[in-house]
Amino acid sequence: MSRAPEAIERHTMAVIVDNEPGVLARVIGLFSGRGYNIESLTVSSVTEDGSQSRINVVTSGTPMVIEQIKAQLQRLVPIHSVHDLTAEGAHIERELALVKVVGKGAKRVEALRIADIFGAKVSDTTVESFVFSLTGSPEKLDSFVELMRTLGQVELARSGVVAIARGAKAI
Amino acid sequence: MAAAKETAPRMTGADIVLRALVDQGVDVIFGYPGGAVLPIYDALFKQNSIRHILVRQEGGAVHAAEGYARSTGKVGVVLVTSGPGATNSVTGLADALMDSVPIVCLTGQVPTHLIGNDAFQECDTTGITRSCTKHNYLVKDVNKLARVLHEAFAVARSGRPGPVVVDIPKDLQFATGDYTLREDVTLKNYRPQLKGDPERIKAAVAMLAAAKRPLFYIGGGAVNSGVDACKLVTKLVRTTGYPATMTLMGLGAFPASDKQSLGMVGMHGTYESNLAMHGCDLMVAVGARFDDRVTGRLDAFSPGSKKIHIDIDPSSINKSVRVDLPIIGDVGSVIGDIRKEWARIKVKPDAKALAAWWQQIEGWRAVDCLRFKNTPDVIKPQFALQRLYEAIRGRDVYITTEVGQHQMWAAQFLRFEEPMRWLTSGGLGTMGYGLPAAVGVQIAHPKSLVIDVAGEASILMNIQEMGTAAQYRLPVKIFILNNEYMGMVRQWQELLHGSRYSESYSAALPDFVKLAEAFGAVGMRADKPSDLDGLIKDMIACPKAVIADIRVAKDENCYPMIPGGKAHNEILLGPPQKQEQKVSEEGMVLV
Repeated sequence: MSRAPEAIERHTMAVIVDNEPGVLARVIGLFSGRGYNIESLTVSSVTEDGSQSRINVVTSGTPMVIEQIKAQLQRLVPIHSVHDLTAEGAHIERELALVKVVGKGAKRVEALRIADIFGAKVSDTTVESFVFSLTGSPEKLDSFVELMRTLGQVELARSGVVAIARGAKAI
Repeated sequence: MAAAKETAPRMTGADIVLRALVDQGVDVIFGYPGGAVLPIYDALFKQNSIRHILVRQEGGAVHAAEGYARSTGKVGVVLVTSGPGATNSVTGLADALMDSVPIVCLTGQVPTHLIGNDAFQECDTTGITRSCTKHNYLVKDVNKLARVLHEAFAVARSGRPGPVVVDIPKDLQFATGDYTLREDVTLKNYRPQLKGDPERIKAAVAMLAAAKRPLFYIGGGAVNSGVDACKLVTKLVRTTGYPATMTLMGLGAFPASDKQSLGMVGMHGTYESNLAMHGCDLMVAVGARFDDRVTGRLDAFSPGSKKIHIDIDPSSINKSVRVDLPIIGDVGSVIGDIRKEWARIKVKPDAKALAAWWQQIEGWRAVDCLRFKNTPDVIKPQFALQRLYEAIRGRDVYITTEVGQHQMWAAQFLRFEEPMRWLTSGGLGTMGYGLPAAVGVQIAHPKSLVIDVAGEASILMNIQEMGTAAQYRLPVKIFILNNEYMGMVRQWQELLHGSRYSESYSAALPDFVKLAEAFGAVGMRADKPSDLDGLIKDMIACPKAVIADIRVAKDENCYPMIPGGKAHNEILLGPPQKQEQKVSEEGMVLV
């Protein structure tokens, strides 16, 4: 009985960890050591006393690999819980991009106009440059960045994805 | 006296280490001193409750602790210095991680203010060992040292056991701090699930009851779950009347002499085990992890079976083989519950189907896959092990092995009736494991017979531990099947690389008899089959350590063999069976 090759899925996970030295290295080492993909990874302290951090990680793989990633993460001693937001229901993903665009004349005007359409803020400006800051879904950022590339984008910084489930239920 | 809670006593970091070990029930540790652990060695000098075994290289310390742990069920403890002490222990830690052996390894570290400074004998121990330990700690506050140590023991022994490193900077060993009592330490997050889900237990029993061609597939997890768990597994297998096969790590979990045992499964497992695995309609994996040496080609692995997987480690489930019913929990607990449910609903297995299944299995068994062609003048390695087995069966004996052909032959020809008697490096396949492991076993069981079945290449990888055996008067027996080749490498080169024996010949071997004598042990040699029985008798009777150099056939291959990347029904038989294979090929087509 042969199985059809399973499709690659993109999953966003929230991993709650003890805020201790080396925990991020453990998580990253797990992904690299076992050959899993990291599309995006963010980490920050999320509790009042600073004792816990939340790692948001976007990964991709077959359903079997995704299941493995969750089980392997769960096995690390400083990890409290692993939530597969993609599997658990509707969730919101947000990312911040800082986009530096250099140009003059029509291109500069067009960049500003498109930034306005996207709702990007101008965070810094000189006579020949803008730094736009834009928050949104990774897809929205992608399309903004693609447009800016033709309009003089010289530098890009993206925060990586943070994600949270919709609704009243908390993790 | 009022039962007032003991207030945390204050003591130096070195004393905290010793006190924590005593509170954890440790009576022996394996180690090697060095600059960064001198304060701990000083504290060790001043006490009498913990015995320190001085090994000859730190790698030996970890394997010895593994031998100690796996033959007792307790946590093995290692104490080594910073830098090279820590790096030398890495192989042992990786070995313990792969084979799920509970180890706590204490490493010295340069003083806190020098960390990151490329100080003398500094290395990033936690960085280096992160991926070869279950967990590791770098302690930076002496007041947290006791808590970390207690936690380390809890992590090492709970759930799927494994090695834990605690890296202790030298200044912490001198500093004075508060001791935390063992009972005041609990693991915050790490709580492995021990009890299986009752609904899944019911489902498992229903599947067991409906099976027509069932097979138990028992792994090292059953042994790790303990002697009592193995008894429950044995009872369940006997109650059902179903066949059982074991992995390399699971040998002894079910008695080899039982008619329901099909022997070992996998690359060099028995014909009957592998074909039963290929042809079964229900596989019950008990603490086994579908290792690639067991499954062979994945897309052809046991194609017609439903699979139940009992394992304490959720990450072992669906890792390589998708199973139909995972049950997460401790083998002992889950099998106990399955037995209760089996009795409660009064299962009557399908006797007719089972009889047909057994008939098929007996057909495979009749191939007698381990039979070899003996010769009157040259010792066949299999024959040497057969004679060894005849001499040790029924005795209080522990067997360790190195890695290679001799290991597989030992797994095939030495038969184990109970768990924790067989110690081998399964997952990592560490040559040089057997001698230090035997040292650890002999320390734990001074009166038992401890034999390291070795190859002449493997034994040289940790031969320095003969010094340890000599120092502590450990009568370990090293039974070298000496074919002057790295036999398994030679076998693969013969079968898969056109007999080009690239670098697999052991040139310039030492005289093992003289080598034994140099270490204050006894050397023996057998050149002909007729020498064997006398040598084995003398070896067992000898009160000292023995190196027995058994000169065996140089070109013998280990069969059966499932070549890498092949399916179970593509198993290769040895020359005697091959001639008769026409009959059995029908059986192979059937499954």
